[in-house]
Amino acid sequence: MSTQGTLGKDEMAALVARDIPAGSFVNLGIGQPTSVADHLGADQGVVLHTENGMLGMGPRPAAGEEDPELTNAGKQPVTELPGASYFDSAASFAMMRGGHLDVCVLGAFQVSAGGDLANWHTGAPDAIPAVGGAMDLALGARSVFVMMTLFAKDGAPKLVPSCTYPLTGVGCVDRVYTELAVFDLRPEGVVVRETFGTTYDELAARLEVPLLRP
Amino acid sequence: MTTICADPDEAVADVRDGSTVLVGGFGMAGMPVQLIDALIRQGATDLTVVSNNAGNGDTGLAALLAQGRVRKVVCSFPRQVDSWVFDGLYREGRVELELVPQGNLAERMRAAGAGIGAFFTPTGAGTPLAEGKETREIDGRTHVLEHPIRGDVALIGAHRADRAGNLVYRRTARNFGPVMATAAASVVVQVSEVVEIGDLDPEAVVTPSVFVDKVVAV
Repeated sequence: MSTQGTLGKDEMAALVARDIPAGSFVNLGIGQPTSVADHLGADQGVVLHTENGMLGMGPRPAAGEEDPELTNAGKQPVTELPGASYFDSAASFAMMRGGHLDVCVLGAFQVSAGGDLANWHTGAPDAIPAVGGAMDLALGARSVFVMMTLFAKDGAPKLVPSCTYPLTGVGCVDRVYTELAVFDLRPEGVVVRETFGTTYDELAARLEVPLLRP
Repeated sequence: MTTICADPDEAVADVRDGSTVLVGGFGMAGMPVQLIDALIRQGATDLTVVSNNAGNGDTGLAALLAQGRVRKVVCSFPRQVDSWVFDGLYREGRVELELVPQGNLAERMRAAGAGIGAFFTPTGAGTPLAEGKETREIDGRTHVLEHPIRGDVALIGAHRADRAGNLVYRRTARNFGPVMATAAASVVVQVSEVVEIGDLDPEAVVTPSVFVDKVVAV
């Protein structure tokens, strides 16, 4: 199958940014979701939350301007935007767990058709597990978006009938952004929202998950 | 009463072998490095350390781990690009790990500090981290019973203290400091400056003096 027309990582990030409602309070997970920030328009009025205790997080500072006491969840230096606030970890997680954040964007190893998320542990016996705030965010944010490639390096689909990796949360994912398509996970099933360089029929042939037309 | 200590060694002199030590910081931001260095010199061992991470690079918590003083780490995110000290000890079976979702880590300490016996939360339900734990359906959602985490001692980093022990923090270095200050029998704080009583705006105090036992300027 031709891969022409599929989305690059930057285009995926731009697509996620486009779909975040204006004025939302948003948490971007570490790794690829962090790049969504680069595509948010200033007029969108999105306020970024970082789990280590800040609302109103700004971009990476210029070289030489880094402050070791102003970092994001990935421990990278960031900046403070006008209107920012700082708070402790208990308050930060009350925001996340108490349903106060509008959207979170997370990476994933697998997502099931029913919205189960696996993104913290491969289950490999020699792997050192690390969960951070993923379980809290996945259950607590009002909308949970996932950004991932649709297929693993070995070709196996990552949107699956049932996750084989250890779960992060049950039934928590609302939408999945991939290089080939955007999927809405709804009670009635997996809806193909948009496709890129492929078609509904090609996707239906490659995935074991039943798909619904938009 | 809060004691203003002359140096970090005096501040950690009472830590006993086998203690549970809450260690502030998110990565190195807020990490009380000088208190940990003093704890290494003091010699307490067989420690259980509760912290968000399991050490970065070779200083702070990583240095304490490297000295073989830690029996168990309770944390949310041990694996990082610079967590080689913990990674090595864990793979050799020389340190035990209790992995806790970060929100549960904060809330379990908050519960300890607020006199709450246990609480139900949906975080972790249906995942390996809830295996063996009591669950209950509340409002149609599975919740998991979580118990408080109490420290014998908390080592935290803040920005400024007054001589009464009131604390203010700086930027994202605040993180686990305020909640850990409520959750340990003895709370030891390193700050960059100790100021006179009256020099901190009472409206701006984040950790009130009642939670603080020892303060040292570093």
